[in-house]
Amino acid sequence: MAWIVVVLPLLLGLFSLPQRNNRLLLLVLRIGGIAHFLVTLLFWLLPSEGSPLVFLDPLGILILTVTSFLFLMVSFYTKGYLKTHTERISLAIGCLFFFLAAMSLVCISADMGLLWVAVEATTLASAPLIYFHKDHRSLEATWKYLLICSVGIALALMGNIFLSYAGGSSIESLYIPDLLANADRFDPRWLKVAFILLLVGYGTKMGLAPLHSWLPDAHSEAPSLVSALLSGSLLNCAFLGILRGFGILRQAGLEGWGGNILILFGLVSLSMAALFLIRQTDFKRMLAYSSVEHMGILVLGAGVGGIAGTGAMLHLVNHSFAKGLLFLVAGNILTIYQTKQLDSIQDLVHQAPRSAFLWMVGFLAITGSPPFGLFFSEWIILKGLIDSGQWVSLVVYLAALFIVFASLARYVIQMTFPRGSSSIGAPHGEKQERSFSKEPLWMWGPPLVLSGITLILGLYVPPTLLSFLTMAFTG
Amino acid sequence: MEMEQTILNLLVLTNLLSNIRLLNTSRIPVMILTVGIQGFVIGLLPLVLHWERVHSTLLLIALIMIVIKGVILPRLLNRSMQQAGVIREVEPFVGPTASLLIGLFLLALSYWITFPLRSSLPEGFFFVPVLALFTVFNGLFLIVSRKKAITQVIGYLTMENGVYAFGASLAVDHPFLVELGVLLDVWVGVFIMGIAIYHINTEFDHIDTDKLSTLKH
Repeated sequence: MAWIVVVLPLLLGLFSLPQRNNRLLLLVLRIGGIAHFLVTLLFWLLPSEGSPLVFLDPLGILILTVTSFLFLMVSFYTKGYLKTHTERISLAIGCLFFFLAAMSLVCISADMGLLWVAVEATTLASAPLIYFHKDHRSLEATWKYLLICSVGIALALMGNIFLSYAGGSSIESLYIPDLLANADRFDPRWLKVAFILLLVGYGTKMGLAPLHSWLPDAHSEAPSLVSALLSGSLLNCAFLGILRGFGILRQAGLEGWGGNILILFGLVSLSMAALFLIRQTDFKRMLAYSSVEHMGILVLGAGVGGIAGTGAMLHLVNHSFAKGLLFLVAGNILTIYQTKQLDSIQDLVHQAPRSAFLWMVGFLAITGSPPFGLFFSEWIILKGLIDSGQWVSLVVYLAALFIVFASLARYVIQMTFPRGSSSIGAPHGEKQERSFSKEPLWMWGPPLVLSGITLILGLYVPPTLLSFLTMAFTG
Repeated sequence: MEMEQTILNLLVLTNLLSNIRLLNTSRIPVMILTVGIQGFVIGLLPLVLHWERVHSTLLLIALIMIVIKGVILPRLLNRSMQQAGVIREVEPFVGPTASLLIGLFLLALSYWITFPLRSSLPEGFFFVPVLALFTVFNGLFLIVSRKKAITQVIGYLTMENGVYAFGASLAVDHPFLVELGVLLDVWVGVFIMGIAIYHINTEFDHIDTDKLSTLKH
């Protein structure tokens, strides 16, 4: 049953590869997105089942749902985004499906070995997507992505090997429930080495500083809809790998030790991202660094534990939707202005009022302004930091959030409103201006839905959801 | 027992020498040959280490790994090299002599890291993890210190060899998924990287990754 979420997109991907009809491909993409999301919803209703390779635990279901919903939104966005594309898009659509299959497999893996294979598969499935534009810059980004993530994934494999050695004869496989049940009999020294390797390995993929160097390039060079998936879904999947390792550590009674390492990585990511955000020239790179920042917040929350752990889970959901929204709108801006340079973009509010509105909403959401969901989750993590008396972390956290807010505010306002009387950056030609002045539904529909969810999660989080998030964190 | 130990020492020594050779040569054909030899030697490791417990699955996996690491991958690399027309790593970030010195430091580092874990390792085993760790470090160093895409792939393969040596020496109780994983990793990783090299090559007439520096922070 659980396998459906993997097999379905896999088959659709295989079906898409030889197709030449672009309209059919886009239709298949939307149908696949809807079907995948419906199956995912079924998982919430049906009792979970276990098999030696796959299972559905709260954490996996949570990330699977986020991934599936974001994919659904992206599939509708893609319809418009690639509609005018005359070249063959079968490889891109096929890879989108393979990417979804691999990410779903990450979420349902009940075995650390299978999880590892799935994370590796996400790299391979997404590399051709980053190379979509087939130019010099995207090639460079793809090469960096492949090489750096392969190295990371090799380190994660070493982590798995150490994990099995730490277990010794007390475990028969890397089946996660087995590992959790026997974790107290593990050799703590080898277990620590294993966790560090898993953290560094999957952390590379998650974009934790200082291992994030592939991320800004890949996110800025990939088509915006792919960036949305990379940032909103893939990073979560890598985080899942880290959390699985952390869960074992917790059962072995090493939570404090592991938590401190996570906090350290979180603070480094937060502060580096904040520093890099002060000077940006490319608005997609700006969003990418914002992802590094939010990944830092996630591991920080997980490391502090307790209520901050629940906050991190909520933050994961919020960040995925808000960042998905921003990247999709970034795609609109790119379509309208044909440039990623911050300097040459202005007066968005007159060129594309709906995109401008969503861009502002996305900015407010991602910087954690009330009443959006990220404000609430960042506030929970703040409370967790205060409760556990992590004063240094608290100061770094607040300072980084403030710097990010100030930097993003400057760029976003600069892009949205007209700058004096100068005419630089206006879209080339009057004709183009008119054609985009009525923005089609695909441009603002999916981002609007995403912003609606972030808003709702900021206004009201049902207690059942909160307890589910707590369960997802503590296992 | 003694025979086994001798063979093991021989393998470890060959691995050490191949790492050193990788560090101080700038000729890519030599590097490819060396990484092939290293793959072959490391493929033999699990058989020698666990010769009393060799069963058909382990034998099969080991043989597949030997063929892939020792024969197929070097051939693929050779082909990429000829397509790209580069036979020399010109002006790496770190020259051969300096690389060798750094290599010695990495060897000492691997020894130092593995030493505290010595007591929980089986007897007569100690040098395998040291060498495995050294191979991993060596691969990482090659990736960061060399410019050509193909040399970086060789570095990646070296690193994979080290990871496999770890798997062979430590995780023999649960070999299946681990080795399956290595298989997939090596296979697909190099396959895709080969394609990437091909594209870098055809588009820009060079495979220097340092010239790919349009994207800055």
